[in-house]
Amino acid sequence: MSDLDQFRQETRDWLEANCPPEMRQPVRDEGDVYWGGRRAKFKSDAQKSWFEACAAKGYTVPAWPKEYGGAGLDGPQSKVLRQEMSRIGARPPLSSFGIWMLGPALLKFGTEEQKIHYLNEIAQGKIRWCQGYSEPGSGSDLVSMQTFGEDKGDHWVVNGQKIWTSYADEADWIFCLVRTDKANKYQGITFMLFDMESKGVSTKPILLISGNSPFCETFFDDVEVPKDQFVGEVNRGWDVAKYLLGHEREMISGADSGDRTSAIGAAMLRHTGELDTMLRADLAKFDVEALAYGAMGEKFLDEMKAGKGHPAQPNMMKYAGTELNKRRHELMMAAGGSRSLEWDSEETGGGKPSRGWLRTKANSIEGGTSEVMLNVVAKRILDLPGA
Amino acid sequence: MALFYDDDQSMLADSATQFMAEEGSIKKQLRHWRDRDCPDGFGHDLWKQFGEMGFTGILVSEEDGGLGMGNVEAGIVLEQIGRNLTPSPFLTSSVLAATAIGKGSNDLRGRYLPGLISGEHVFAVAIDEGAKHRPERIKTKAEKSGNGFKLNGQKDFVIHGASADMMIVAARTSGSDDDDDGITLFAVPKDASGLSQDAVRLVDSSVATHAKFDNVELDGDAVIGEVDGGRDVLNAMLHAGRVGAAAESVGVSAGSMDMTVDYLKQRKQFGKLIGEFQALQHRAAHLYSDVEIARAAVIKAQQLLDAEAESAELMVSVAKAKAGTTSNLSVREGVQMHGGIGMTDEYDIGLYMKRDRALSEFLGDANYHTERVAQLSGY
Ligand SMILES: Cc1cc2nc3c(=O)[nH]c(=O)nc-3n(C[C@H](O)[C@H](O)[C@H](O)COP(=O)(O)OP(=O)(O)OC[C@H]3O[C@@H](n4cnc5c(N)ncnc54)[C@H](O)[C@@H]3O)c2cc1C
Ligand SMILES: Cc1cc2nc3c(=O)[nH]c(=O)nc-3n(C[C@H](O)[C@H](O)[C@H](O)COP(=O)(O)OP(=O)(O)OC[C@H]3O[C@@H](n4cnc5c(N)ncnc54)[C@H](O)[C@@H]3O)c2cc1C
Repeated sequence: MSDLDQFRQETRDWLEANCPPEMRQPVRDEGDVYWGGRRAKFKSDAQKSWFEACAAKGYTVPAWPKEYGGAGLDGPQSKVLRQEMSRIGARPPLSSFGIWMLGPALLKFGTEEQKIHYLNEIAQGKIRWCQGYSEPGSGSDLVSMQTFGEDKGDHWVVNGQKIWTSYADEADWIFCLVRTDKANKYQGITFMLFDMESKGVSTKPILLISGNSPFCETFFDDVEVPKDQFVGEVNRGWDVAKYLLGHEREMISGADSGDRTSAIGAAMLRHTGELDTMLRADLAKFDVEALAYGAMGEKFLDEMKAGKGHPAQPNMMKYAGTELNKRRHELMMAAGGSRSLEWDSEETGGGKPSRGWLRTKANSIEGGTSEVMLNVVAKRILDLPGA
Repeated sequence: MALFYDDDQSMLADSATQFMAEEGSIKKQLRHWRDRDCPDGFGHDLWKQFGEMGFTGILVSEEDGGLGMGNVEAGIVLEQIGRNLTPSPFLTSSVLAATAIGKGSNDLRGRYLPGLISGEHVFAVAIDEGAKHRPERIKTKAEKSGNGFKLNGQKDFVIHGASADMMIVAARTSGSDDDDDGITLFAVPKDASGLSQDAVRLVDSSVATHAKFDNVELDGDAVIGEVDGGRDVLNAMLHAGRVGAAAESVGVSAGSMDMTVDYLKQRKQFGKLIGEFQALQHRAAHLYSDVEIARAAVIKAQQLLDAEAESAELMVSVAKAKAGTTSNLSVREGVQMHGGIGMTDEYDIGLYMKRDRALSEFLGDANYHTERVAQLSGY
């Protein structure tokens, strides 16, 4: 048996012993997702034991080094673990902006002390993070942001407003772009980390068209941030921000998600009993796209892990993956017919189809819009003129 | 297995890229033969060079004198063929026929494979009966007669039929037209009496034939595989051919896209390079993403086929459908973004458009394979 086959067998045994049956069901709603953090509560014993088993084994962040709370798996091993988890339909033990976004940035730009401290906290689900990038006047044109940190010797005093801060009201800490040099557009931004309980931080929810509100406006009013709480170099936070956005896009593109690689036509047929011919044709066309995109997701991850592939490739994946996901929800609404219109009935689990459909419309906006992704592909991959 | 080329495959890709760009280029091959109205539609010298390069025997086992490689490797050559629009019998002979013959008797393999590997011989496959690919339904009949068979019927759009030394014919030996069973594959030599062919030139300058079988007498050793049990061999051959055609389509897509993107960087209108207009940038970027996704689907299907995985059939249809819609988009955008010049014969972009149409139709178009995806997925 090769080492990898042996690893697969061990992984199977471990999952069999540690992943409770309840954690092998598809995620049905927000409550099924565990986000960690100071105020986190487990929804069930199964959720708790699954999370704790993974955290102890380093499987909340399997590819991170062991000293930072990971399991130190290499590329092929990570792939085996992904495959084995997806084979039994295991839920992710922990969802976290720390894992998807801040972690990779710290691994690349953090000091050794920062890595040991913050990465372990993230891996253990102790601190929940939110992302303070966008401002009312700075969305796609993020680098125009104005939130300002004034140098006060041993600390900065931060003033300004962020918008669209997902889960700001439930997060413990924020990673935030702050202008520290007004004269310099790109090289005047510092990537800061601070506690959301700091004096002067306040949040206000934003209601979405889906009727949900995990989003906030975040206000900073003379917030004091200690001088050592930054990542990378002072005034060079844009490098960190851009690197992190690459990971955010990869995550939103859903390159990693197993369920996107199976045909939805069959599921819709089971769900509705029959499919009219036009809908069936649309579903089949969608399935061709989705199965092809599934292969792309796998290829993309294989190439990333092997250090091949173009560095702007995540932009392409983000574009294609989010447009596809929107199309999937359009089709699911069509297949569900009038039943999917119910906004809060028990049959629809509180309007899950329609709320989910509406939520996906943000996929091609959050983390950079589709238009901006296409701009990046045109310029950085196709090398078209006129930046 | 990772979804990218390993070191050996990358080496093969390098040599195929260089060879096809130099020897198989549009100017040297497609235009050359087209402008001479060549009845074969391709050059036999180039085909012999394919043999010298070892390409011809990629899918032939080592015991039979080939390289014993897989569909991934055949696809590497096919992508370059697509990119350069290189006319050759590679897909029909080295992919389709080689896959079928490989499942034949010692005698049959000994008779046909050496000529294929050296590039002396060209083979064709005769499956379709009508303008659309519908291999589920086979009417052409082969009746037992003495020790052999008597073949009657008609096959349409047999690519390279007129130039082929042998053609593989799928015929019915029992059952009714729509049955799965009762199919037998035959190796029919070019000079078989009772075989007649009407050649037609297609839009992409290739030549196909309508082949008539009028009491063609065949020996028992012309049978490839089992009598009445030919559907398995036929399917194996079709899967290899379809994923191969998909790989060639990816080459057509990429070749046409690269030409177009180059043009966007050179052509000036309104005092700017047209590549500066966002309306064109976004369409080009969308096209790029489609080509990448089609390429991934093709590699995935090739790997599954080589691993003899159960899901290979589904993924082959995904690959053929996706690669077809993508190359169609690529050539349409290509001609449009070239503006008026794209409509001229002098510019190569139109040749890509013609090849796309023929290749998309070959072995089932995107609709056919999308329908298969639905069926294989159970709806
Ligand atoms: C659900 C949701 C969650 C989010 N979560 C977070 C978060 O946690 N933290 C955070 O900091 N931010 C978050 N965001 C903000 C998100 O990053 C921005 O909304 C996004 O970058 C777009 O900015 P904008 O909304 O200001 O739109 P704008 O930039 O004003 O864009 C408006 C339209 O113009 C188009 N456009 C803009 N510039 C160009 C151009 N150059 N070329 C072509 N078209 C262009 C856009 O594509 C879009 O269609 C979230 C947003 C949403 C909707
Ligand atoms: C069959 C045929 C018959 C014709 N007959 C005649 C005739 O009888 N008399 C005559 O005078 N002309 C004739 N024309 C010329 C025709 O009018 C031009 O081809 C047409 O105006 C486009 O110009 P172009 O070919 O130079 O393309 P270009 O202007 O070079 O355009 C190339 C591409 O760039 C795009 N593009 C250009 N500018 C922009 C922009 N600002 N924003 C976004 N995209 C842009 C175009 O849409 C096109 O896709 C004919 C052309 C054809 C093909």
